[in-house]
Formats: sequence, C-alpha cells, structure tokens
Amino acid sequence: MSRYVLKRLVMLIPVLIGVTFLVYFIISLSPGDTAAMLAGEDADAATIEALRHELGLDQPVIVQYAKYMLNLLQGDMGNSYKTGRPVTNMIVSCFPNTAKLAFWSILVAVGIALPIGVISATKQYSMFDNVGMVVALIGVATPNFWLGLMMIILFSLNLGWLPSGGNKGWSSYIMPAITLGTGDAALITRMTRSSMLEVIRADYIRTARAKGVPENKVVYQHALRNALIPVVTAIGLQFGSLLGGATLTETVFAWPGIGRSTVDSIKTKDTTQVLGNIVVLTITFSCVNLLVDILYAFIDPRIKAQYKK
Amino acid sequence: MAQKNPKDLILDIKDLVIHYETDDGTVEAVNGIDIQLEYGKTLGLVGETGSGKTTTALSVLRLVPDPPGVIKNGSIFLDGKDIMNLPQKELEAVRGHLASMIFQDPMTSLNPVFTVGDQISEVIALHENCSKAEADQKAGDMLEVVGIPRERFGEYPHQFSGGMKQRVVIAMALACNPKLLLADEPTTALDVTIQAQVLETMKGLREKYGSAMIMITHDLGIIAEVCDEVSVVYAGQIVEHGTLVDVFNHTRHPYTEGLFGSLPNIEIKRNRLSPIPGLMPDPTDLPKGCCFAPRCKYATPECEKARPGKKWLSDTHYVRCSRYDEPNFKIEREDQ
Amino acid sequence: MAATKAAPKKRSQFEEVWRRLKKNKMAMIGLAIVVFLVLLAVFADFLFDYEQVVIKQNTAIRLQGPSAEHWFGTDEFGRDILARLVHGGRISLVVGVIAVAIALVLGGTLGAISGFFGGKVDMLISRAMDILLAVPSLLLSITIVSALGPSIINLMIAIAVSSVPGYARIVRSSVMTVRDNEFVEAAKAIGANDAQIIASHILPNCLAPIIVQVSLKVASAILSTSGLSFLGLGVKAPTPEWGSMLSGGRAYLRNAPHLTVFPGLCIMLTILSMNLLGDGLRDALDPKLKQ
Repeated sequence: MSRYVLKRLVMLIPVLIGVTFLVYFIISLSPGDTAAMLAGEDADAATIEALRHELGLDQPVIVQYAKYMLNLLQGDMGNSYKTGRPVTNMIVSCFPNTAKLAFWSILVAVGIALPIGVISATKQYSMFDNVGMVVALIGVATPNFWLGLMMIILFSLNLGWLPSGGNKGWSSYIMPAITLGTGDAALITRMTRSSMLEVIRADYIRTARAKGVPENKVVYQHALRNALIPVVTAIGLQFGSLLGGATLTETVFAWPGIGRSTVDSIKTKDTTQVLGNIVVLTITFSCVNLLVDILYAFIDPRIKAQYKK
Repeated sequence: MAQKNPKDLILDIKDLVIHYETDDGTVEAVNGIDIQLEYGKTLGLVGETGSGKTTTALSVLRLVPDPPGVIKNGSIFLDGKDIMNLPQKELEAVRGHLASMIFQDPMTSLNPVFTVGDQISEVIALHENCSKAEADQKAGDMLEVVGIPRERFGEYPHQFSGGMKQRVVIAMALACNPKLLLADEPTTALDVTIQAQVLETMKGLREKYGSAMIMITHDLGIIAEVCDEVSVVYAGQIVEHGTLVDVFNHTRHPYTEGLFGSLPNIEIKRNRLSPIPGLMPDPTDLPKGCCFAPRCKYATPECEKARPGKKWLSDTHYVRCSRYDEPNFKIEREDQ
Repeated sequence: MAATKAAPKKRSQFEEVWRRLKKNKMAMIGLAIVVFLVLLAVFADFLFDYEQVVIKQNTAIRLQGPSAEHWFGTDEFGRDILARLVHGGRISLVVGVIAVAIALVLGGTLGAISGFFGGKVDMLISRAMDILLAVPSLLLSITIVSALGPSIINLMIAIAVSSVPGYARIVRSSVMTVRDNEFVEAAKAIGANDAQIIASHILPNCLAPIIVQVSLKVASAILSTSGLSFLGLGVKAPTPEWGSMLSGGRAYLRNAPHLTVFPGLCIMLTILSMNLLGDGLRDALDPKLKQ
C-alpha cells in the first residue's frame, strides 16, 4: 500500500509540472505589456526596457517558467505586482478561509446527500423518492451564485438574521456553506441513489437477505459499502473543486478566500498573484484527487489488490 | 391420492401464484404450484429456464423481489410456520437458519467487500447465540468441511475461483444446519469437472446434516443422482410429479417425455435426438388451455380449451394432461 | 428470473430510442422546454427589437417592478428585463452550443486517435488530458479568459478547452471497446484506411454516450458562461447576458430584487430542462442503465 502511495506521489510530479506550465503559459499570453504597466504611464522606453530585463520578461517563456519553478520549490512565488509583497502572504491568509468553507460545505453536502440518496433508493418510486429527486434535479440546475444572492435577499436584507458578506465569525459560514453544500448535495444525492439502486439489485444482496441479515443491516452494511465506491469519487471531486472553484460563491459573499482573491487579482492585472493562486489551487486539487484514489482501497479490496501489483 | 401427513412436512406449498407486474405486461411466472416435502427428503424441480423454478424457491424465503413480483395466491408453510403471514423479524430468523439457499451464480453471490470468512461467520453470529470469536471459529470449521483451508478465512471473494466461491456459498448455507436447503442450479455456472466435485460435497453434507433439499436444475442427470421425488415444471405449473422411479421409469406427461427425448443416451442407440419443437410460451400471454398444447404432438383441440387438472395415477404420481381422461391414452415412451 | 420475452418487433434504432424517450414524462417536459427556449432564441428579434428595446436606455422608467407593460419589470437603465432575457437566452444557447461543438470536435478527434492507435500516441494524449483535468474546470476557464481578455469568442474557447478532456476520455474508451470488434477487422481486411475506419465504423458506434454527454454539457457550458459573465469575465455590457444581468442587479438587491430573481430563474429553467432531456436520452439510448 505504502509503495502504491509513493508511486502515485511520484506520478503526481509530471502532472504538477505540466499543470504549472500550462497555467504559466496561458497567463503569459495575457495581452498588454506587463513591464509598461508596472513602470507607470510616464516611464520612458528605456525604463520599461530595464524593468522588463529585471523581471526576466524578455526571455523565452520556457526560461521564465524554469526560473519560476526553481523559486517555487524554495517557497518563493515572487511579489505581487499590485502590493509588492510576496504572493505567498496573500495565499497564506486566504487559503485557510477557503479550506474551512470547503470543509463545512462538504459536510453539509454529505449530511444531506447520503441519507436522502439511500432512503430514496430503498424506497424507490415512493413519495419520498419522487419529491427528493425533483428537489435534487432543481438543486443541480440552480446556479449557486444565484442561490447565494437569493439567500442574501431573504436572510440578510429582509430578515436581517445573517451577515451578507465577509468572514465575521461562525454566522458568516452559514449562507456560503449552505449555498455550496446544497449544490453539491443535489449531485451527490443523485449519485448515491443510482449507485445504491444498482447495488441493491445485486446477487450478493439477495444472498445477504437469504442469510437472514436484518434489512437495515443489508442496506447500511452490505449495500452501502459497495455503493459508496463511486460516491466517494464524487465527494472527493466536489471537495477538490470546492477548494479550487468556489470562486463564484466567494465573490457573492465577499468571502476572503483564495477564489475571490484570484478574481480580484485578475481584475487588477496582478499576474503574479493570479499565477500563484492558481498554482496552489491546482496542486491542492491534484492532491485531493490522489487522496480519493487511496481512500478507494480502504473501501474496495479489489482495488487494493490492484494497487499491490 | 395420498395426502402426506402435515406433521411430516418440512415444506407445504399450496396453489402458489406469483406474477411479475412490469410496464411491459404481467409475467405469469408461477401458476398454481403445490409442493409437499417431508423432512430429510430431496425434491427435484426440473424444467427449462424461465419456467418459474427459481421464483418458487425464492418465495419460500419471501425473497421474490417486490416490486415487480407479487404473490397473488397460495400458502407456504415451512416447518409449520406460515411464511406468507410471518412478520419481517421472524422471517429474518427463518432465513439462513431454518431454510437457506444456494444461488446459481457464485461469481456474483458473494459480497466483494467482505472476507469470505466474515460472510460465513455473519450467518452463524446472526442465528446462534455465540460470540464473534466462536462464530469465526465455526466459520473456519465450515470452510474446512467444504474443502477450503482455514487459512483462507481472511481472503476476499475475488481471490477465489468459481468452484471455490460456490463452496463458500454452500458453507454459508449449511453453517446453521438448516432443515431445508434450497439449491438453485448450484452447479450450472461451473466447469463440468468442478460440477461433479461440488455436487458430491453437497450430497455428503446433506446426508451428514439430514437436511431436506429442493434441487432446482434443468439437468436430469443431477436429479437422478440426488433426488427422492421429482416435479417437472412447465410455464409455472407442475405438469408431472412423482417419485424418482415414477417419473423416470413410468413417465406419463408428454413434456417429460420430450425432456428425456432431448437427452443423449449412450445405452439406447438412436440416430438423432428428438428435441421438443417450438418455444416456451410467452409468460406475459399464456395460452388459455394446457400451456404445453401448442408444442405437444398428442394435443387435441380439446387441450386448448381448459387448463388440465391433476390426474393422480398412483399414491405418489400425478400428471396434468387431459388426454388421460381417455382410458386408452398412452405416450410413446415405454416404461423402463 | 422467469421472464423470457418474445422478441420485440424490429424497429430502426432511432424509432426505438424515440419510443422509449416518449414514454419518459420528465424527458418530454425537458424536451418541450428546450424547444420553447430555442424557439424564443430564434425569434428573439421578432419579439423584441434589439436596438430599440434591449439596448436603448430609458432612465425615466428605471428599476420598475413587474407590471402589465413590463412583465418582469425594468432594470437599472429602464430596459425591459423580459426582452433582455429573451435576447440573453440567444447568447447563452449560442455560446453553449458552439463551445460544446468545439470541445466535441477537439476532444473527439484526440480521443479517437488515442483510442485507435494506442501505444505511445495514446500515452502522450492521455497524459496531456490528465494535465487539463488536473485544473478545476471553472478555474481553467477563468485563467483562459483572463489571459485572452473578455469577449464572446474567448468565452467559448475557454469553456471549450476545459471540457475537451471529458470528450476525449469518452471517445477514447468507446473506440477502444469497438476497435477490436470483427466488423473493424473486416473493414481492414477489405483495405479501408484508418481515417475511413474511424469515421465510418468506429465513431457511429460511440454515438450514444456522446449524445448524452453533449446534452448534459451544453447545460454546464451555459452555467459556466453565466458564471464567467457574472465575474465580469464574459460578455460585456450592454449586451444582454443572464450572468452579467445578475451581476448588474447585485447593486440593487435590496430595492429591486427582480433584477436578480428572473435571470437566475432563466438559467435554472434552461439547465433543468437540458438535464431532464439528457437523463431521458441516457435511459432511452441505453436501457440497461435505466433504473
């Protein structure tokens, strides 16, 4: 097992190199002259040229990238074009907010999705199932940034119960976590249900019943563990994208997270900050996906056996 | 006709009717099956795929999937218990303990995420008042009984071959010494060489524990080897029932005759097999009269008018064929 | 189990799929809404004049609530919200469909090459796709749009690129399962070249999963479009787009919530209908998957 994890970690390296290069390359396509922008409107051509040389922007992209990576390995992502302070400062202050929000959101999602998905599957075509699935369908279709706005209208502006933005303690988590969590819950519910439905018809479930296993044990031990395999993937992917893609919700709730920082940096053309944020988010996303793969092995011995090979 | 004494019966099924109600129509899977099986005896249910044998066996443990399966009529008494009206809790106590089932496909009938040992031990822990350690101990014993080394207790189903898996399923079914064993084509999915081994194991164990058994198969050879009585099932009805000797040596129903006719027999030299012409009728649209009539070479227009009732030929032997109302009717197959 | 069914009457595959789809009420509701939205988009100009109604500002009637004259009210510049929504739908649908088409062509080609040739080519393409998949797709789109600059074309490219790996994977795996079939061997034996085999034998056989994926992906492309526009990275004012309308309405949440309510409902309805249709198509195309 540990050999497998090690192997996967080694395999992660080329992916991370590829990803960082991809991001670096795309951002280097940005229109506009970074050096000219940084030098200010009054700067003459020579000053701009000197700055360009100083920043290394006159070198080929691949060289710039190599330098960037060398620095990155030493924990240096350069300085923000806007504030002049190290890019890492911003990331260190924003990332925990994003991570905490992602954690609470996925908790909301799993807390809603697993029970509803399982009950829907065991009581297929019942009233509960029908209502649950319609709600889940609508949930999947609801853009979460819009849901966030609707909640602000209701709970902040009309009822005044909850703060509409920022991170001012636990009450600030409620709306963003529900916004993100319910969207993911809808998806995970549908997945849990269909996975459960497939498993519950399996021969080995009939075997369990024929052994006299009580129905709730049949569902929660024999079936759920098998049904969880694809669901864990879904949860892992959702968690990964929460860490990386909560951009919209963070913007809606003015959440001081890394997603909003990215959008703000894009607007102020703070390229180094954008690059740093995206690199960190992408690395996190890849690592979460790896963790999910490893988690598989603990649920499904067949996969564990494959890993050992 | 001789009614068996109800006290001697492990299983007493009367006029069982089961339908599968789907969007595409109602499948009439079981249409009035009666089974009277005495303690320790073995009954063979023989018939083609889709004749309702498996559904009948599942109904004994109330395992017919619902929906779409609906038990429309009939009574099932297992060891004197009214299975049709048993509460869920008591039903769970019966399953795996009083009666247990061996399924057709060993590749899919074990849970892939639990060790084989745990799967056997679970049934013991459920039904016998004992600790987890004792259950594990006994599960290990059961593995050895079916010829699997105890050391493999902690392995997962994917590490076993098909034949080995079926042994595990058998160990699981026999772990609590059930009074009735329902074996649903236990060897069909296995290689021919493994089939004989598994069958031997089953026979030996059944004798050791004295369980009654219903052996479902389409293989007349297996029936001849293990059964005391035989019911021939066609389109959800028992068309001929009797002791092994009754059915094999004094065959009366044209369908049973057809089954024997489609077997290669090395003793009787024939030039070619004589398969039964045609197909099983569509179970969503069964004929009004005798279901076998459309394929029967003895059929008369009368046969298509009404379902034939039971015609008792001796104390142990009955047949559903209206032609026997004619005193001189005989099928071609000679008594052996 | 007991059911051996008589062979159903032979129908063409298309008729069979349509028959099954027709039986699915939810899918038919979805289809009806999709058709309705497409018709609105096609006839948008007949319903509301772009220059006079959709773009032209009229501050005298700004931020009015729903009324008989303006069903969904007016926005911060006094423009009719319904008219803007109808024209916005046209943009959403066009961007969604074109983005998916680009992704399908790129991803499909890569996947087909990868699956058909296998070996090193497959390795190379698969690794490249892994890298694209390693970036969360919205983030990738944001990165691309921010680099290329906000415009409808760049929006389509950004959304397309982030969904290329999905198609590549589907087509690759379908091609790999079909590749070793005997009819492909037969085609090779009579001298068809690789491109002919891929185009005429392999692609038609992986059509089903692609159709399903397309119907679901158009929906998520529309969602991404509105999301990016909401962030100010998509369609620029005064062009009506659902996401940018939402974004514009944010300043008036307290006094004129209808500015944000209606565009959101539009997005929701569109996605919902496409998902219903997509789910229905999946069930109809592959009855084995149906639950």
